[in-house]
Amino acid sequence: MAAINRDDVAHLARLAHIEMSAEELDRMAGELAVIVDAVKSVSEAAGDGVPATSHPIPLSNVFREDEVGHTFTAEQALSGAPDSDADRFKVPAILDED
Amino acid sequence: MSADAILSFEEAMEKYDPVLGFEVHVELNTKTKMFSSAPNVFGDEPNTNVNEVDLGMPGVLPVVNKTAVESSIKIGLALNCKIAESCRFARKNYFYPDTPKNFQTSQYDEPIAYDGYLDIELEDGTVFRVEIERAHMEEDAGKLTHLGGSAGRIQGAEYSLVDYNRAGVPLVEIVTKPIEGAGSRAPELAKAYVAAVREIVKNLGVSDAKMERGNVRCDANVSLRPHGRERFGIRSETKNVNSLRAVEHAVRYEIQRHAAVLDSGEPVIQETRHWHEDTRTTTSGRAKSDADDYRYFPEPDLVPVVPSREWVEELRATLPEPPAERRKRLKQDWGYSDLEFRDVVNAGVLDEIEETIAAGATASVARKWWMGEIVGRAKNADVDPGQLGIEPATIVELSRMVEAGKINNKMASAVLDGVLAGEGTPAEVVEKRGLAVVSDDGPLLEAIDAALAAQPDVADKIRAGKLQAIGAIVGGVMKATRGQADAGRVKELILEKLGVNA
Repeated sequence: MAAINRDDVAHLARLAHIEMSAEELDRMAGELAVIVDAVKSVSEAAGDGVPATSHPIPLSNVFREDEVGHTFTAEQALSGAPDSDADRFKVPAILDED
Repeated sequence: MSADAILSFEEAMEKYDPVLGFEVHVELNTKTKMFSSAPNVFGDEPNTNVNEVDLGMPGVLPVVNKTAVESSIKIGLALNCKIAESCRFARKNYFYPDTPKNFQTSQYDEPIAYDGYLDIELEDGTVFRVEIERAHMEEDAGKLTHLGGSAGRIQGAEYSLVDYNRAGVPLVEIVTKPIEGAGSRAPELAKAYVAAVREIVKNLGVSDAKMERGNVRCDANVSLRPHGRERFGIRSETKNVNSLRAVEHAVRYEIQRHAAVLDSGEPVIQETRHWHEDTRTTTSGRAKSDADDYRYFPEPDLVPVVPSREWVEELRATLPEPPAERRKRLKQDWGYSDLEFRDVVNAGVLDEIEETIAAGATASVARKWWMGEIVGRAKNADVDPGQLGIEPATIVELSRMVEAGKINNKMASAVLDGVLAGEGTPAEVVEKRGLAVVSDDGPLLEAIDAALAAQPDVADKIRAGKLQAIGAIVGGVMKATRGQADAGRVKELILEKLGVNA
């Protein structure tokens, strides 16, 4: 079995801001372990001669010219916001700084 | 919050050896953002320079700005870096409202530029090499304003307002390797390093490089270790130190603070610190925690950037002369002394003097005007000398008028005032203000007679061969002619009148 336990899942859930019940943690620990094992078997199949890849499509250098395109108005930008003030998104204060 | 204990800088230096590290963020001045075609403009109405990509809406596809990649490569080359054969973007995951996507698109294991260096010249001419670990591409975050509670501070704020105009603005983050061996010059080196990076990106034309606008922002890492120990101490990272002076002060302060912590036997806490310009101190931000686990992974929506060697060489060929080399060349060409040249650099009139010389002035005339006349006026007006709007041609014209004896130096200064006041070209100001030198000997001779008669004892001294006394008579004549006489001609006439051979 892969080295992923209940504490790992709880840690990940905290990082991802996902609330999980005790039952969910138990279940996910089991399911994630299976997934990690499956991925592991893929990396075994690849062997040493195959470089890791993050992009399966053989494409690179997809660029855009530096030309101004469309923008939203502030009204459009804020149309889906739960709350706004003075043309800006209004969010609860979070004790952290950028 | 109680103030942290600090040691004097001298004592801290006696006991400990500082190690520095810098992360400098440079905002590129492309027309559009890193991954969207929304405009990259400072100071517009909130949330108007945004589209669906900047707001992180579902199903959108970012596309890399080619000019931003070129600017990043240029920065890498100017920092003597290697340019990656291939590199990719990565997602840096964190939850904070400055990014609507809940991740920042950045680079992680494959920066576009790496393994460079920058030779930093300190004020006394000592050159210190700072090694560059990497320079990578990423995007800026939105701007938060904290409201309610105490003014503008996050502590006690009730809510925050977010403007995403800055979200997605192209950034290049330049990271140094640990800088060892700076000793007591660490604060000076810190300032000089950030100044050099700022100068380079400005010279490349890839950033507006205005620190007051946040175009160049510095995070300063400081740690101390006892002299002779190889292992680094625990570092603090002072965030967003956004002026050159503040960089110097923040590094100095953190050295003093760390020294006091170490002296007390406590461990230094690895944490971010916030710089306060008003008190010139730092306060604790937050300690390193789980939340710093950014779970980087390759950005699936962006394909790798593979700069061909031809492209890199094309870009290298467009690089301007590096600022430090340019200074060396100009100093030699102009024949200024070390002190004269340093004054010119510190006054910020290098470009202006270069342009004035190109317009036809000699190096010494250009220096005399900029340093002697214009820098002081700029200081009084509280602007940069270059912002006064004095054209090189104006200085050339003024100096030609002085050389031709049409006006003297004192009048030239008044003419410059006239030009600055919008009265026209130097020739027009001379005309309007009636400032021409009196070259007709008639009125001069009258004034000389009067001055000699007023000071007969001085006249006798000159007759007796004490030529230095002539100043008093010349002064009298200049006063009588309200400064409009040609002092050289006045001298000749006085000597002629008194029958003395100079």
